[in-house]
Amino acid sequence: MPAVPIADDCLFEFIHAELVNYVASSSKGDHDVSTLEYLGFCCGYRIIERLTKDWPRFKDELDTLKFMCTDFWSSIFKKQIDNLRTNHAGVYVLLDNNFRLISKMSSGNQYLEVAPRYVTFTCGLLRGALANLGIHCVVTSEIKTLPACAFHLECWLHVIEFPFPFGMTRVSRLGT
Amino acid sequence: MAVCIAVIGKENSPKYISCINPSMELHFQYKVHVSLDVVEEKLQAVSKPIADVTKEQYLGLLYSTEEHKIYGYVTNTKIKFIVVVDSSNTLLRDNEIRMMFRRLHSVYADIVCNPFFIPGEVISSKKFDKTVKSIMYGD
Repeated sequence: MPAVPIADDCLFEFIHAELVNYVASSSKGDHDVSTLEYLGFCCGYRIIERLTKDWPRFKDELDTLKFMCTDFWSSIFKKQIDNLRTNHAGVYVLLDNNFRLISKMSSGNQYLEVAPRYVTFTCGLLRGALANLGIHCVVTSEIKTLPACAFHLECWLHVIEFPFPFGMTRVSRLGT
Repeated sequence: MAVCIAVIGKENSPKYISCINPSMELHFQYKVHVSLDVVEEKLQAVSKPIADVTKEQYLGLLYSTEEHKIYGYVTNTKIKFIVVVDSSNTLLRDNEIRMMFRRLHSVYADIVCNPFFIPGEVISSKKFDKTVKSIMYGD
């Protein structure tokens, strides 16, 4: 146990906050967060290789999502997802009641407008990690009251083109 | 220890191959290529509910010929590692093979975290090459 506490917990929060500031100030439009999302995608794509290293192979999509909610989430945000809901047809909702990257903001309506850009990176992180695990999905986020955040995942069943390295994925749903 | 180590990508494209005897590379490419069918088979068997032991990343012996034994390993991200060892080498136990794969996976995870490596590209890292060589010679 070192005498001085290690700063690795808050470092991630600080660099993330600076990242958001940097992207927000350098982008032309007010709502241009696709850069942040892409950065998250790349991080997620790489980190998942390491996180699943000593893990048994996943049985199915739900098994993978459970891993994301528990171990993936706690290794990045030090807590687990509070609630996972699914319609068993490729749509998942991950609810975090106290999401780490927005938990330091005051819980009124004051920052509700800017809060979404602080979860965009995480949306990309989820999308990248799942893409590398073979689940291709669209991730959107929803913040109703401040420290809570819901992530909506809509998975595609069949992928025509392999998505990496750059650009959007061309996808189609089987049977439609 | 091993005579050939190969890394195969998600869509079964070769990402890296290295053998002790470079003139035999083509020969080993065939062997590795053939073994991919066995890998596919083993992966499909998992989707049916059998025992939990089949869910390991280590796939065990894929097949053996008179000269070689071929072992497989597949990561959660569907990257396949193939190791070919000499059949005459009876010293190699299952445990040692597992150890080789574990080291291979560690060094692969390191490579993926290298910001200059683009996932899905052929692996050309010198560090990776060096580590694979050391695994192959059994250091």
